[in-house]
Amino acid sequence: MTIRPASDCALYLVFGEEISPAMHAAVARATRALAGVRGLRNLHPAYASLLVDFDPRLLTHASAAALIRDTLDRHSADPAPEPRHVEIPVVYGGEHGPDLSTVARHNGLSEDRVVELHASAAYFVYFVGFSTCFPYLGGLPAELATPRLDAPRKHVPAGSVAIGGAQAGIYPLASPGGWRLIGRTPLDLFDPAATPPPRLRMGDIVRFIPIREARF
Amino acid sequence: MAAPGFLTTVQDLGRFGWTHYGISASGAADPFAFRAANLLVGNAENAPALEMTLTGGEFVFEQPATVAVAGSDFTSPVPLWQAVEIAAGAALRFGPARTGARCYLAIRGGFDVPLVMGSASVHVMTGVGGRPLRKGDVLAAGDAAVRRPRPAVRHAPAYSGGGELRVTPGPQANLFGGELYAAEYTVSEESNRMGIRLRGEALPAPAGGMISEGVALGAVQVPPDGQPIVLFVEHQTSGGYPKPANVVSADFRVLGQLRPRDHVTFRGITMESAELLLREQEQWLLRL
Repeated sequence: MTIRPASDCALYLVFGEEISPAMHAAVARATRALAGVRGLRNLHPAYASLLVDFDPRLLTHASAAALIRDTLDRHSADPAPEPRHVEIPVVYGGEHGPDLSTVARHNGLSEDRVVELHASAAYFVYFVGFSTCFPYLGGLPAELATPRLDAPRKHVPAGSVAIGGAQAGIYPLASPGGWRLIGRTPLDLFDPAATPPPRLRMGDIVRFIPIREARF
Repeated sequence: MAAPGFLTTVQDLGRFGWTHYGISASGAADPFAFRAANLLVGNAENAPALEMTLTGGEFVFEQPATVAVAGSDFTSPVPLWQAVEIAAGAALRFGPARTGARCYLAIRGGFDVPLVMGSASVHVMTGVGGRPLRKGDVLAAGDAAVRRPRPAVRHAPAYSGGGELRVTPGPQANLFGGELYAAEYTVSEESNRMGIRLRGEALPAPAGGMISEGVALGAVQVPPDGQPIVLFVEHQTSGGYPKPANVVSADFRVLGQLRPRDHVTFRGITMESAELLLREQEQWLLRL
């Protein structure tokens, strides 16, 4: 792991450059160890790095880096918690999955086969981020990878289940977005009154359950 | 609340500890003026106070109160940067900002609002912490004052709007040349608490993708169109655009006062200078 400055009150912990379960394990371990440490205000996990925002009134770059290394050392043997398993019901295709046919065509599959493959895999939440607690899911079957749209849609409905390149995701809130939409879940993935508001968290294991229809 | 103005929200210094669930801190856009307003009425610096944006609201006081107004001058009915006694039945009516974009109204005791995940701050884009105030909303003053109101500020800080943003190198600074520092940018109408979008000569955006990483408050990110976006208090928690620079903490208050059509330039400084600037700002607040 290397530590380098991000701003005058933030440091990057960089574990590597690739997207892999091993990288995720390192990022998740560091996130668990550093959460709630006095002086470290916010943690931004991603695929292979962790941004640590610190309170510049309490710490400098040097003292924050020392505190981080020391805390990680002390927690290096902590066991990883059992992942949570979350099932997401999805209405595939039709108005809720306008890109299902494109994904099928792009990969030379029938729409039914796309649904079958998508719903048979176990996905893994690398991290939640971007602008609306978007869960970045690993585990998409390689046969389903489809490039993003050239120009993002201005409006993607909340709950849209999507494919972006080799990644899978779900839009928790209505927002613009450039991923391919293959279905939609009626499940509320973001509840501002809940603590924490997003239903999915880093490390969760996700399965999609096809349903015929739902009220949105 | 007789009139809400353009956008008035309850804020504190932010909701910390939730970015790994995807929720950015939010909080006062100009934390310096926010803290000054609270300190002047004898509150702890983090007490919930009101943030007005571009055009102020009208407030009717059912009870007598001690308030302080700080930040930009929203054609204020009371002098800024000092504690003021308000009689029961009086109304304070603010108008358009003369310069800058944000003005804070703190009340002695703090506004008594429910905390969500430990903070009173409204995250406007997601609705975490509540919603912007509307006509007819009633807010109660709390009893969380911690000392007597302070004397008026003798030399009010300059609030001119626009100007120079001081930055330290960002994580992808090596992919950019010096163009960011040579250009002048205009703040776009599309700016909000999530990001301040700038318009100007397009920066050469580096080729090749990078994998998403966490993003810091004040990060200057450059999407493929080359028009920089400064990530602001409700920013996304991660992103995949390269970042040549990061605005220093001492200038977050400048970001909070930018409004559409303001002109800004960037100046690179060292981390040590950034720390010094922040310390000077803290010293100023300590003297209140």
